Amino acid sequence: MRRLVVTDPELCVGCMSCMFACSRRFGVAGLAKSAIYVRSIGGVERGFTVIVCRACKDPPCVVVCPTNALRKRKGGGVIFDCGKCIGCGNCVEACPFGAVQWDFEENKPVICVHCGYCVNYCPHGVLAIEEVGE
Amino acid sequence: MSNMKLFDPYLSRVLYIDLTRKRYWVENREDIFEEYMGGVGVATKLLQEELPRNADTLGAENVIVFAVGPFNGVYPIASKTVAMFKSPLTGNLGESHAGGRSSIAIRMAGYGAIVIKGASDIPIYLAIHGEKVHFKDARALWGVRSTYTIGRVLREREPGSGYRTIMRIGRAGEELVRFASVVVDSYRHFGRLGLGAVMGSKKLKAIVISGKRTIPIPNKPKYREIYNKIYKAAIESPAMKKYHDYGTPVNVLQLNALGALPTKNLMTTKFEGAEEISGEKLAETKLARRVACAHCVVACIHIAAIREEYPHEKFFYTVRYVSYDYEPIYANGSMLGISDSEGLIRVLEEIEVQGLDAMSTGVVLAWATEAYMRGLISKEDTLLDLKWGDWKNYIQAIRYIVKQPNEFYKTLALGVEEAAKKYGGLEFALSFGRNEMPGYHTGPGCHLGWLIGARHSHLDNAGYSLDQKLLSKGLPTPEEYIDSLMKEEAWRQVLTSLVICLFARGIYKPDIVAEALNATGYEYKVDDILNIGWKIYKNKYKLKLELGFDPLKLRIPRRVLEVPTPHGGISEEYMKRAITYFSQKIKKFLES
Repeated sequence: MRRLVVTDPELCVGCMSCMFACSRRFGVAGLAKSAIYVRSIGGVERGFTVIVCRACKDPPCVVVCPTNALRKRKGGGVIFDCGKCIGCGNCVEACPFGAVQWDFEENKPVICVHCGYCVNYCPHGVLAIEEVGE
Repeated sequence: MSNMKLFDPYLSRVLYIDLTRKRYWVENREDIFEEYMGGVGVATKLLQEELPRNADTLGAENVIVFAVGPFNGVYPIASKTVAMFKSPLTGNLGESHAGGRSSIAIRMAGYGAIVIKGASDIPIYLAIHGEKVHFKDARALWGVRSTYTIGRVLREREPGSGYRTIMRIGRAGEELVRFASVVVDSYRHFGRLGLGAVMGSKKLKAIVISGKRTIPIPNKPKYREIYNKIYKAAIESPAMKKYHDYGTPVNVLQLNALGALPTKNLMTTKFEGAEEISGEKLAETKLARRVACAHCVVACIHIAAIREEYPHEKFFYTVRYVSYDYEPIYANGSMLGISDSEGLIRVLEEIEVQGLDAMSTGVVLAWATEAYMRGLISKEDTLLDLKWGDWKNYIQAIRYIVKQPNEFYKTLALGVEEAAKKYGGLEFALSFGRNEMPGYHTGPGCHLGWLIGARHSHLDNAGYSLDQKLLSKGLPTPEEYIDSLMKEEAWRQVLTSLVICLFARGIYKPDIVAEALNATGYEYKVDDILNIGWKIYKNKYKLKLELGFDPLKLRIPRRVLEVPTPHGGISEEYMKRAITYFSQKIKKFLES
């Protein structure tokens, strides 16, 4: 299995290309469907933080989901079943990294699937895909 | 292009805000977004509708329009927002572009344009989060010393981190300095032509905008394909790499070597200290971080660190950050004879703190220095010695421009043209259509470009660039030169309606633009797009003339004709012939 890793946020220039790429997976533009989130650490001069699912082996978001819409993924992280999700938002609260993004248009979480599409659009080497085994 | 329907219904939504009545409403303006795409095309149209032609530029009747276009949030390096207004510096059409997160935030909030009218009775700031517009009390923020502080306060106070833009004015805008800027997201600006003063006159201290949504795309595979093409070109382009490595200041040494770097109020075009303030040197000694505007992989924004030890306590340091670019370096470095890079960065910091346009500020101070040296003004006026390179005194002078402690500084705050009219030295007051000059003395093209350009910017029609390209061939006739400038300007109306950053103009050629538009639901062919460019150019010039612009009344600063360019001396006859031809051509064009 593979997982997306943030190799060095110090290299991030805050261009948001990864965020746009993530929504573009579905062929749309804009930012509402993006599972990755970049923001400055209180002013761009201090640099950026890149927030995305880090593929926990024991993910807290799974535990708090009341409808089993989230289940553990092999190699870490979770698989999201949209049909089961009632949009309660517990998962957002449970993630200590704030890595569960929210799609306000669908009222559902946006969960990183570790596909690595965003990595292709990070020209500064902030993101990478890593093999993690089963 | 008939019967075209916009695929994104949100782009054509115009948010109208009336500061006097503290009300807002949204209108769907598919009509103008279909005809003019967005950006400068739409903003011109909205200003034509809303602006009383005789409006006092600092009165409630002035109007501010912000507009984005179909490429913002969709394609790379489409990172700019267009602002249009009546300029308090020139009294004519004002247009300024800014990057940062502004264009993405406006589009993600669900608007294609924002029209701000009226004036508030008390200082306020606007918080626009998606559908909701809040009028917030800014009385406590009014008078705060630094724009940095305002940014920090609003970052803490408002939601939307990462998805928002924070535009604010400084003390300069509050004090109605005619070349006050609007600081956008730290380090980007609506710099030119005094938008900061217009906001100040409306008691509008800041605007925060945020949102997050999907932009629907009709042809998904095609969209991804053309996206990748543009993205790849952006990553691989040498021009883009140049801007990523050194930023725009890479031009300092190039222009200096050419003998085209205006120095000491353009008394000369080579600066002995150019090396010290070059992009290369600053990258080595001062650069702290490079950052990007939203959706731009280039990351040309270069931020320097000032590391300063407190005099009263050893090992106690303050580290502060300031961005630097070519134009601010020209205007406050070579123009003021400042070769000490530390001093230059501190001058730029003060300009940022106060919220001034760096270009106008430098040119105004350069004129003041020469006028002081020539005895046209005395220390009674300036309150300090103005001499080339003395950055400490320049910092104090910048504070005086904002504070306006006497008649002299009150006049300086009106711009160089007014100052020179009152104190003399008009022949070396470097303004074009009352706007202070950009950093090029490359030949007749740059100066003609600023004179006839619809926003008096070096980016209007690229005269400075044409001058340089023509170096090996020699100059064309004045008529041919005007034709090329006008053609380029018409095309740039397209690019600034999309709205892309003009640094990417080499990538966004007409065929790519057409392809990219097609994938997002616009059925334009290349010819349609070119026609839209000319149509916008026409609208803009029509409005300019209605606001009192007359090409035949343009003043060519004597200094420009006296100091040789890489093309040799510029002849007055060449310039006059060009302008006469332009005035006839534009008249015919507007009648066509």
